[in-house]
Amino acid sequence: MELGLDVTERNGYAVLAVFGEVDVYTAPHFRERLIELVSEGKHRIVVDLEGVDFLDSTGLGVLVGGLKRLRSHDGDLSLVCTQNRILKVFEITGLTKVFDIHDSVDAAVTP
Amino acid sequence: MLKTGQVVELGIPARAEFVALARLLVSAMASSDTLLPDDRIDDLKIAVSEACTNAIEAYAGRDAVERVLVRCHAHHDRLEIDIEDRGEGFDPAALPDHPPVTDPDRLKFERGLGIPLIRALVDEVEFSSSGGGTAVRIVMWHSDSVGNGRVGG
Repeated sequence: MELGLDVTERNGYAVLAVFGEVDVYTAPHFRERLIELVSEGKHRIVVDLEGVDFLDSTGLGVLVGGLKRLRSHDGDLSLVCTQNRILKVFEITGLTKVFDIHDSVDAAVTP
Repeated sequence: MLKTGQVVELGIPARAEFVALARLLVSAMASSDTLLPDDRIDDLKIAVSEACTNAIEAYAGRDAVERVLVRCHAHHDRLEIDIEDRGEGFDPAALPDHPPVTDPDRLKFERGLGIPLIRALVDEVEFSSSGGGTAVRIVMWHSDSVGNGRVGG
């Protein structure tokens, strides 16, 4: 099982598009890529979850860790997600109040 | 369609790459059970993934590759999933509460969301844990059985 991670630049934001299943096996790869981006000085990051088929609490942990890391650099991490099955895990855990969740990349990169 | 009483067991090596296989089994079992709608199957997949992840982590530090047992049992009114390991065990009642989401300290918690997710997503869950391992039993009732006399069968 491979996790797809595709980075593009949009309007001063690094957009990390994630494809596939995020679980205990693939989450380390996702975490490493986020940490790399922060190390490269990308402090405004949008994670696009529209291509994610499955995400459990290990994926949530990566995102919470990424947000914490970015905030320590006065940066921010927001999400793009319209899939109910993915949004549900954010709602249950209360993380919809922690992350800005947009319905498109365009909306996420518009100040 | 599943027949009542049908049981399928899968023993996976306690390694991260096999959690997807456990999800696949449960998804296939639940999908063949036409009384469980797709969104409930998605809920079940997350719950099983969380339980298997915890089971694998219970073996952390052991040299030998241990196994996690996933058992699906089709009843006439529900699907039961058991996930069992022989790891260290834990006390589910002793899990720390997370700070409220408005508390900045909330971001200190990157872990510990799995069991609350299981509890929220499935109809019933029971944790039995001791020094000899942990057993998690997840129950998903058929749509036409929910709130309609949940009796054992």
